[in-house]
Amino acid sequence: MSKKIASLRELDELRKRGLKSLYPDKPRIMVGMATCGLATGGKKVFEILSKGIEKNGMDAKLVPTGCLGYCQKEPLVDLLRPGWPRIIYQQMDPEKAEKLLDNINQGNIWRENVLAKMEEDEFLIFDEKRKYPSGSKANLNNIPSYQQLPFYKKQLRIATRNCGFINPTNLAEYVARGGYYSLFKVLTQYEPEQVIEEVMNSGLRGRGGAGFPTGRKWIYSRQAKGDTKYVICNADEGDPGAYMDRSILEGDPHSILEGMIIGAYAIGAREGYIYVRAEYPLAIERLKEAIHQAQDYGFLGNDILGGRLSFSINISRGAGAFVCGEETALIASIEGRQGEPRPRPPFPAQSGLWGKPSNINNVETWANIPVIIARGADWFSQIGTQRSKGTKVFSVVGKINNTGLVEVPMGITLREIIYDIGGGIPGGKKFKAVQTGGPSGGCVPSWLLNLPVDYEQLTKVGSIMGSGGMIVIDEDTCVVDLARYFLSFLQDESCGKCTSCREGIVWMLEILTRITHGKGEEGDIELLEQIAEVVKNASLCGLGKTAPNSVLTTSLYFKDEYEAHIKDKQCPARVCRDLITYIINEEKCTGCMRCVKECVQEAIVGERRKPHRIIQEKCIKCGICYETCKFDAIKLE
Amino acid sequence: MLKIVIDGKEAEVEEGLSVLELAEKIGVKIPTLCYHPAVGAYGACRVCIVEVIEKGLSKLTTSCTCPVESGIEVKTNSEKVKKTRKLIVEMLLARCPDAKIIQDLAKQLGVEKTRAPQKNENCILCGLCVRICREIIAVDAVGFANRGNKRKVTTPFEIQSDVCLGCGACAFVCPTGAIKIEDVEDKRKIDMWHTELGKVKCERCGRYFSPVPLLEQIKKKGLREMSDFLGLCPDCRRLVLANKLMGREE
Repeated sequence: MSKKIASLRELDELRKRGLKSLYPDKPRIMVGMATCGLATGGKKVFEILSKGIEKNGMDAKLVPTGCLGYCQKEPLVDLLRPGWPRIIYQQMDPEKAEKLLDNINQGNIWRENVLAKMEEDEFLIFDEKRKYPSGSKANLNNIPSYQQLPFYKKQLRIATRNCGFINPTNLAEYVARGGYYSLFKVLTQYEPEQVIEEVMNSGLRGRGGAGFPTGRKWIYSRQAKGDTKYVICNADEGDPGAYMDRSILEGDPHSILEGMIIGAYAIGAREGYIYVRAEYPLAIERLKEAIHQAQDYGFLGNDILGGRLSFSINISRGAGAFVCGEETALIASIEGRQGEPRPRPPFPAQSGLWGKPSNINNVETWANIPVIIARGADWFSQIGTQRSKGTKVFSVVGKINNTGLVEVPMGITLREIIYDIGGGIPGGKKFKAVQTGGPSGGCVPSWLLNLPVDYEQLTKVGSIMGSGGMIVIDEDTCVVDLARYFLSFLQDESCGKCTSCREGIVWMLEILTRITHGKGEEGDIELLEQIAEVVKNASLCGLGKTAPNSVLTTSLYFKDEYEAHIKDKQCPARVCRDLITYIINEEKCTGCMRCVKECVQEAIVGERRKPHRIIQEKCIKCGICYETCKFDAIKLE
Repeated sequence: MLKIVIDGKEAEVEEGLSVLELAEKIGVKIPTLCYHPAVGAYGACRVCIVEVIEKGLSKLTTSCTCPVESGIEVKTNSEKVKKTRKLIVEMLLARCPDAKIIQDLAKQLGVEKTRAPQKNENCILCGLCVRICREIIAVDAVGFANRGNKRKVTTPFEIQSDVCLGCGACAFVCPTGAIKIEDVEDKRKIDMWHTELGKVKCERCGRYFSPVPLLEQIKKKGLREMSDFLGLCPDCRRLVLANKLMGREE
């Protein structure tokens, strides 16, 4: 029997099956198995649960899910039992997994490692909330509510609506939460122009970094002459520390497909490409599965939803070049040429893949489309700021308590993201700055914490939205060293075509390296700024134009720190090795010999019960003595 | 026809030209290293950068890749352009301190020395060799390899290319003389391309002349009227042809 869906009735049937799968009449145990979950041992937990269920002959359903965003607390395991709210367990391991199973078997609520209880589930597409039973038999009052957790309270999950909720390999579960209903709506009720109008009015802007209005991009492709057109999904996420696209691809691949199919209908394309980096093997696997399923159910292929549209999607794997996230380089790479940007015009909308009009959007942008169609442009455009509508997913990493992916309305302040959601800085350290927008973004200092986050505001302070990476740094991070790190990344990742970008980055890196080695000279800051201006103004693509941002912002906001390196030969954050000295405080040193034994350089001398001494000429400043000393006797100067 | 303003003067031009081509046409000199009229514009050296003002917005862009559009104003030598161009040439001077063309350009722009880290390369990565080989010779024997600071032009896998004809077009267009062709008796060597090709012996005088694959390619192209001469070196070719035309016996 054909599984192909051709009518609303059939879609509803599929949804019913999906709901049964989401809310079975037996325990449903979900394990976060996106890359972040796997990296912390989620697979092991899954295997233990699987074996345990089999061994005990339990009637329970074990499913892998995507990432709920709270990566700090992975591996996450969710338990949904008939008659109970959903309970989320954090930082699970094999032993705890067995304990959890024992408790399920005995009908108890296991209260260790509980993160939160989820009292209701929201189906964003249908604007519908589904209350879980309260589980009144047991007292769950002391378990915090998921919606009230500081990490989630201010979040609004549109692009990541299904991540951590559905089994990404189960199409019916996607449909249960409203998936493919927007596609059905578009194909049965909308002319292509109406779809574009809706996207246009929503105010959605490109989530890949540049923030170009998505609707306008679609109009250009729609109006471009030619029968053959392409839609492309840019999944070449390459910023260090940013992984929101990966999370969506792994946790909710169908949302991307649905967005792309709607886009294909709107611009008149019959073929699409997803350009995904080869370093995302799980995302590629999920996408492949999803494409197969979508074909089986008639959401992709020659007769989509009963012959209303023909569209197919191919996967093209990137070979690990950061610059291939730039759309003209991406196109070159799909065509099998070297990934290298070319001048625009012509824009891809006029002449893109194989010279045909092509529309490229980022993963997160595509994931927003079904919701915009379902809820309407008016609803979407109420979220966010005047010129930046909707939400943005940020990956908050670095010196922060709650590492993870957060999706928040545009216009939220940096303070809310870093303190309310991120839980502040660990170890009582002082917040220093946040690098937004990845390596080509800028470093926003602590005194701009009240900055509302949107495209315009970030640009105003010299940074960019970029793909949404946020690397938080504290007082122990040296900003000169930070800028040096990002430039060394960009030195390798620039395609090398433009003189200004290729040679300019090398030059700036040389100066910064010199400064961090204590060999900075008067005039270095001014020279850096001069080079940065040229790299910014004279380079061809976005990579070169933004490459100097970290230098420009750190030298603007932390000029005194640069000057300390150059003039006083000091690193205020005590990071740059050539500028620090380890000294033993004789009053505190008990003469325990620990540091003497640990020092690989044999640079510490001394006798038992007598203060030790560091021979500076031998010291390589590795910091082992500093970490070894139990008496706080080693100082950094 | 399009109307634009360039360096304060009004100009009227046909559609389809780049700003650089237009400037050349009306006698405005813009320095460039990676542009050659025989191949497509590439925009790599960034030396031909100019200021383009459109709808009140000013931006710097390479004139070789910027199409002339109605109503734009171009400044080829504004302060901003001069400052930017000077620093770019300073970067190139550090990369290729011995290249005559870079030294001359630096002198012309008032760059006395470079402060950028020295590299002592010969190649400025303008890509003219790559483009001439692809677009004109149509064999694609050389290309770019690696990214960023490690970028270079080379043959696939950095071994002798199967398709290189040894025609020397790459060396001909190379602005810095980085590609050297060495003809030794019966061989043509191009070290830059890891290539050594045998040469054809002139049927008449016995001198070695064209690289074998180049002559093979010409034969394949089927220049029938030339077929009598293909085995001859250029000197003998001229002589034999002249004799033929004069009706002289050899």
